[in-house]
Amino acid sequence: MKVRVLIRLKPGIMDVQGAAVQRALGGLGFADARGLRVGKLIELDVDAATPAQARNRVDEMCQRLLANTILEDYAIDVEGAERLAPSEQVR
Amino acid sequence: MRFGVVVFPGTWSDCDFHYVISEVIRQPVKYVWHRDRNLDDLDCIVLPGGFSYGDYLRAGAVAGRSPVVEALPEFLSRGGLVLGSCNGFQILCEAGLLPGALMRNECLQYRCQSTHVVVDNVETPFTRALRPGQVLQMPISHGEGKYHADIETVRALRAHNQIVFRYATAEGKVTKAANPNGSLDNIAGIVNAEGTVLGLMPHPERAAESAMGGTDGLLLFHSLLGSLVEDGTFSKR
Repeated sequence: MKVRVLIRLKPGIMDVQGAAVQRALGGLGFADARGLRVGKLIELDVDAATPAQARNRVDEMCQRLLANTILEDYAIDVEGAERLAPSEQVR
Repeated sequence: MRFGVVVFPGTWSDCDFHYVISEVIRQPVKYVWHRDRNLDDLDCIVLPGGFSYGDYLRAGAVAGRSPVVEALPEFLSRGGLVLGSCNGFQILCEAGLLPGALMRNECLQYRCQSTHVVVDNVETPFTRALRPGQVLQMPISHGEGKYHADIETVRALRAHNQIVFRYATAEGKVTKAANPNGSLDNIAGIVNAEGTVLGLMPHPERAAESAMGGTDGLLLFHSLLGSLVEDGTFSKR
């Protein structure tokens, strides 16, 4: 089952990388770019019988390695699963 | 005192630590491969600087789950001591052996320079040869050394006197200008609640002979040796 994990710095944690990229965009004339933050997208296949099972498994992976929950939040998107409004989860 | 210097793929300060331990303080030392779980014949484990596993995912993330790091809690429960410098500090935080996390330097630059740190806690096995408020000069060399922790964690660190080193001026003043990476509270090094695990961003092994430009880092090694002679913890094993 294909799963995507979106990992982002928690709100309120300064993203110096995002700020630098936003400044670079400004230099290219994109002065309208605002609030830019850089995250990570991880894609993987998981052997699982149901989307819920895949989600639980990947959640465990996030807790143990993929995300540092001191700094980062994560959102899991299982392909084919009823979308639990991932866009909202992520926003 | 028997030292083990851990080597991950991508470690770069292993030879420096090995040299200082074997040639400067003249103690038995061996390299420990990252897959090794057997630490029975060792008293102090050193996690050196570098880019373990390429620092893929996050600095120290993969190394923090390696077999040798998984063996550390048991090693500590037997009375062992662990010193992590630079990438070693990042690994200890990633492994949960120290609280908080290290993130990209606020200035975005990789900082390779000499720094001063002031010593806040001399009651640890790593700092007992020092005076409170003493200033040490040691180099740093990192891109991700900004210490971060939530407010409760910082309160606990302060309450238990776990903040050991803070970036300061040569006179020992903790100022924003003396902070090379934007670390919270100028934190350069902390210990766990038991005082048996030290993580610091500076490199004591690169300030251990006058030919290197300074010997302040050696004081950490002397503290370690002094601790063992005084309390005899390790002679029992």
